[in-house]
Amino acid sequence: MESDILVVDDSAAIRKILQRVLRQTGMAIQKIHEAGDGQEALTLLGTQQVDLVLSDINMPKMDGLQLLAAVKASAQLRHIPVIMITTEGGETKVGEALRLGAAGYVRKPFTADQIKEKVARFIEPAEQL
Amino acid sequence: MNLQHLILDSVTQSTLNVFSTMLGVELGPVEASVEQSTPDANDGVVSFIGVAGAWAGTGSVSCSPALACRVCSQMLMTEATAVNEEVLDAVAELTNMIIGNVKNDLEKEVGPLGLSIPTVVFGRNFQTKSAGTTEWIVVRFPWEGETLLVKVCLAPNEKGAHTHPHMVGHAYALDT
Repeated sequence: MESDILVVDDSAAIRKILQRVLRQTGMAIQKIHEAGDGQEALTLLGTQQVDLVLSDINMPKMDGLQLLAAVKASAQLRHIPVIMITTEGGETKVGEALRLGAAGYVRKPFTADQIKEKVARFIEPAEQL
Repeated sequence: MNLQHLILDSVTQSTLNVFSTMLGVELGPVEASVEQSTPDANDGVVSFIGVAGAWAGTGSVSCSPALACRVCSQMLMTEATAVNEEVLDAVAELTNMIIGNVKNDLEKEVGPLGLSIPTVVFGRNFQTKSAGTTEWIVVRFPWEGETLLVKVCLAPNEKGAHTHPHMVGHAYALDT
């Protein structure tokens, strides 16, 4: 089954890089949605079927931790795995993300292999279709 | 290792790592110094991030418009020929990753720190100033005949460790 992924980052540059990296992973990806902050992501999650969320932590309006908390508090959304992609390396925010139910995290700067390794836990390879 | 050396080493390693990982570029030998804030005018692109916590200050990345386009082209695998929103966004994210990783290294010594959202300035004949300390740790990275400048100024925060990060750098146009 092909999956839809939601990329959440206030940086259009990072969203573009993740679009390219995800397309090159060889995973069965149908569509990659984008949101510039947590609020926009929540709105999109209310209308689109999404199978995996990749989210930055530090964002304006609603940050990644608030988005994660909202997703995990929602009966309709809590099954969606959320992977944090962030420059944050300290225990504080990453630890909080994991406590809130994040499925993992990737530190920026990241390699394509690091993204692929995390995403592969949740998205099927294209060749198995 | 004192904090000044730690920041200098962290800025160098963080920048080399970000360029290698995100741009596929191996930067050459760097030149590092500690400088007073200078009134020299800037031309080009300057990106700032505020740091706050037990220590507070600013991190910045600055370069020429041509180098900013090169950063964008390498990072996004696209052809950038003039400074536009995409180029400014790429430089902002580059700054976020470089200073973000410096922040992570510093937190091991000074405790939790927060970062602001980056602000990017592009123009000619403008001057920048931090409202706090005037001493900057400056690392110059030569790249393709030009120089990318990464600067950090940090000082103990007299207001305590709970200050929220905010934009502490200022830019204003000079009279021409």
